Amino acid sequence: MSGPRNNGEEGHAHEPHVMPLWLLFAVFGALIILTIATVAAARVDLGALNMAVALGIAAAKAALVALYFMHLRYERSFLGFVFIAALFFVALFIGITMIDSVEYSKDLIPGYAPGMQK
Amino acid sequence: MQGWDFDPCRYLKHNPKYRNTMSEKKTHNHNRHDRPAAGELNLPHHFDSVEQFTDSGKLGMWLFLVTEIMMFGGLFCGYAIYRVRHPEIFMYAHKYLNPALGGVNTAVLIFSSFTMAWAVRAAMLGQKKTLVLMLCVTFACACGFMGIKGVEYKEKWEHGLLWAGKYNPAHETASADAPPPAAPAAPGPTQPSFNMDAPAAPQPPEGNPLDTRTAIPPAATGPEGLSPRGAEPASIIKEQAPANVQTFFSIYFLMTGLHGLHVLIGMGLLVWFIIVSMRGRFGRGHYLPVELMGLYWHLVDLIWIFLFPLLYLVE
Repeated sequence: MSGPRNNGEEGHAHEPHVMPLWLLFAVFGALIILTIATVAAARVDLGALNMAVALGIAAAKAALVALYFMHLRYERSFLGFVFIAALFFVALFIGITMIDSVEYSKDLIPGYAPGMQK
Repeated sequence: MQGWDFDPCRYLKHNPKYRNTMSEKKTHNHNRHDRPAAGELNLPHHFDSVEQFTDSGKLGMWLFLVTEIMMFGGLFCGYAIYRVRHPEIFMYAHKYLNPALGGVNTAVLIFSSFTMAWAVRAAMLGQKKTLVLMLCVTFACACGFMGIKGVEYKEKWEHGLLWAGKYNPAHETASADAPPPAAPAAPGPTQPSFNMDAPAAPQPPEGNPLDTRTAIPPAATGPEGLSPRGAEPASIIKEQAPANVQTFFSIYFLMTGLHGLHVLIGMGLLVWFIIVSMRGRFGRGHYLPVELMGLYWHLVDLIWIFLFPLLYLVE
């Protein structure tokens, strides 16, 4: 009959880290504030900076969700490494594809891709 | 090295030859062997400890989330390529989206992430009622999210703002001589010209008095006659449409649709979690599945956090 197998370690030797309720509320509040900031920043014309600001705020929100809601701050660091690795590979994916796309932009038929002619 | 666990009752149950050797064959409830006490864990035999069980589950879930990030990453890559190559399409077509609805959806999803994190906390503390309540609120938020999404999709459908070949913004009008979407730069005789230099009142088109497009004067703000916020009906901004506008909607429906599918899957999982939580499956001794569900749900929220500014707040 299967049952708990302990090599001398009791199940509660490693107490789980329970998220304090105030911290959950605080992170939620911060996320809402950052959402409002995103919308507000979109109304201001910063030219090329608009995209950077929007993505920067989104990254901040993502960091809050990952660190606190997903508990990464209290987990073993390998999980954080796995998450960062995912982001790295997405960046590699988009980055190299963009390089490729820009590289061949001069071969495009004129007028077909006006955005690349600048 | 752990030996192979052999459960004689489970074996005998399926072997009729030995049925009569069971002393309590009528009242012998095999489920009682497998079901642990409420909130406690029957550690599967292939794990050495609860810690290993927990770590394996979390690593497995995180690896799955990595694959999800890569999958959506591919779609974000497509977005990036097309946005860099054809910014005019995004500058034009994003006005069809309603940032207010998108913002409400973002807030709803963030709130659902919050309640999901609270549910995980409640499971860890053995607070069964809070756990069930938080799971239900998360589910309700997901329903709200999908509802708003349905409203948005329905509006797009009605205005013909669909993907690729189905993009047909002219179909909302009854006018037969509206220009085909393939040649938006050549307005037909029924379309008024929104020329900045000639702010004359638009004339109703000939042949279709029911055509309400020109009965609405353009808004005073902005050169295109648009109000800066809110979705615009298809007809008013049709004149400045660049080529291949349908690509924006292909990207929009693919990304939000795949995300919506993930929300639906999450909702299905939440239903199961609510049911088994009510039966007392989770507690201080066993809460890993709730944590893993939380991880999945936070990922769904994470993806939307990036989708919202990229699609709705294009400026």
